[in-house]
Amino acid sequence: MIVYKRPESLSDVPMHYCPGCTHGIVHRLVAEVIDELGIENDTVGIAPVGCAVFAYNYFECDFIEASHGRAPAVATGVKRTHPDKIVFTYQGDGDLAAIGTAETVHAAARGENITIIFINNTNYGMTGGQMAPTTMPGQVTTTSPYGRQKLIQGNPIHVCEMLSTLDGVAYAERVAVNNVKNVRAAKRAIKKAFQNQIDKKGLSIVEVLSTCPTNWGLSPVDALKFVDEKMIPFYPLGVYADRNAMGGDEND
Amino acid sequence: MNKVIFETERCKGCGLCAFACPLKIISLDSGKLNGKGYHPASVTSPEKCIACASCAVMCPDAVITVIKE
Amino acid sequence: MSKVLIKGNEAVAEAAIRSGCRYYFGYPITPQTEIAEYMAKTMPKVGGLCLQAESEVAAINMVYGAAASGVRVMTSSSSPGISLKSEGVSYIVGCDLPCVILNVQRGGPGLGGIQPSQSDYYQATKALGHGDMHLFVLAPSSVQEMASLTSDAFTVADKYRMPVLLLADGALGQMMEPVDFDKISFSNPPEKPWAANGHGGARKKNIITSLYLKPEELEDTVLKRAEKYKLVEENEVRYEEYLCGDADIIIVSFGITARISKSAVNEARKNGIKAGLLRPITLSPFPSKKLRQLADTASAFLSVELNMGQMVNDVRLATECKKPVYFYGRTGGSMPSSEDVYEQILAINGGMKK
Repeated sequence: MIVYKRPESLSDVPMHYCPGCTHGIVHRLVAEVIDELGIENDTVGIAPVGCAVFAYNYFECDFIEASHGRAPAVATGVKRTHPDKIVFTYQGDGDLAAIGTAETVHAAARGENITIIFINNTNYGMTGGQMAPTTMPGQVTTTSPYGRQKLIQGNPIHVCEMLSTLDGVAYAERVAVNNVKNVRAAKRAIKKAFQNQIDKKGLSIVEVLSTCPTNWGLSPVDALKFVDEKMIPFYPLGVYADRNAMGGDEND
Repeated sequence: MNKVIFETERCKGCGLCAFACPLKIISLDSGKLNGKGYHPASVTSPEKCIACASCAVMCPDAVITVIKE
Repeated sequence: MSKVLIKGNEAVAEAAIRSGCRYYFGYPITPQTEIAEYMAKTMPKVGGLCLQAESEVAAINMVYGAAASGVRVMTSSSSPGISLKSEGVSYIVGCDLPCVILNVQRGGPGLGGIQPSQSDYYQATKALGHGDMHLFVLAPSSVQEMASLTSDAFTVADKYRMPVLLLADGALGQMMEPVDFDKISFSNPPEKPWAANGHGGARKKNIITSLYLKPEELEDTVLKRAEKYKLVEENEVRYEEYLCGDADIIIVSFGITARISKSAVNEARKNGIKAGLLRPITLSPFPSKKLRQLADTASAFLSVELNMGQMVNDVRLATECKKPVYFYGRTGGSMPSSEDVYEQILAINGGMKK
């Protein structure tokens, strides 16, 4: 009896992510959820600009490449014209919380009935580890070489907390994928975020604390520990919104 | 006997499976290299495997299949 | 509603709906906000959607998403807003997606003014976005054309899978003229098997992307698109020719200034000067072949524009400078009178006599 095998909707191709990068785990979880909900036929994914720019090569469902930060707007364009389809965006912290903040906030405020998978690895990975809106105080990146300093680079953004204040948000949970227990919990959250869309409850977002071994300069396993020791205390896991925001389609 | 199959050519030798395995029976085979130059992971004592699939749950590249007899 | 007295902006909105467009994403900006207002009132009645985005950037990306999933979709703005959309437009070109974008131009640069202008000509015809790209640019010159060219825009966009830009101005947007919708032919959208709207288990997945990290691959897509533009140039160039056959002085002008120039041409003819007007309706592709022919017979050209001289250089290129090409323009929102244009004709004509 097969206990675990590669999900069907995860394309059978090698992924370009760095060794130990937990983007891969989240891709797997999304694909497992798509399989279990049986929605691959009706799903359209929106890929960001960032390490996950090639996400469209890794899923078997239709995919659209969004320009940097604009995935929630692109998703709105797809969902509003195809309310019966399942639309999800997969975005990094620079994409969602820097250049795409307006698109994120307004898609949430409108209660777009979409699912957002938000990867928070505290830096711009693809371009080599620059400071992101989620870079933590004192954290060194290539554009905060002396550690992030409040008076110069300002303060990080807590996305789940921020978005939970918007009435259109049905569900906002922050999870992590740095150990088996957390990965299993993350999958439950992702599944709920997709189920919410099927049930037309409004916008659902899962913020995933993720590792970036290469740019953090840590081994993949030490990067998992960094999440425990540094990220989770600063970005507490948990549910920040869980309601029926009656978003999107009901009002059409 | 429970079986854990690794798609060794796709393994990136990241070690997350070894970290996740509760029985610590997975290791990176430093004696071998796959096509990408990584030391692929493998189960050192398969008979101890309880097919909990923790390794598969942690694998970022979905290279692990777990079969329970 | 076959014949109706209607504002240019609203004529565009009505024509879009009659073209089967059911999705409009907009943002308020003078002088084109009536379009969003008209859409907000009308779309719900036809089972469509008018969504006001948080910015023009978001709006063009909503258009991108809708177009990528295979529906007829439109957005509109005015000069500063169009600048904000330029990255999105480049993506739409890079993915070969059909959509319609309207620019109701206002004086620029910067916040500029809210009076009519044609100072976005270069932006529209040369580079409304980064990379090797062209748009199909249509320039209406009446409220009837605001409607008819909107229909044509959707047809061309779907026929060639490319974004089409309607380049109007504040005058055309705000003025009211009768429009006979029965005189306009509307097309139905074709099948779009390439769209990303859920493969339904019936086809392989579709990917809509403009990303090609391998240079040869990107070059290949750009070259293929260039072939498409050649086809567009061969089949879709449009212009209006008025009294050019025996004309010595030919005015080249589009949009609102073409109407003013026509009055000046008539005035010149009354005074024994053989003047004519060549009005480009497609600014891209530009009617270069026609102008090259006219350069054999005409003695001089005069480009009349609402800017500091932009199309004049395309006229020079098209006529290969065989004959002198003069320029007369007002900018900032100021508008020339037909007498102003007529004086230019007199000056050119006088200059030729000496």
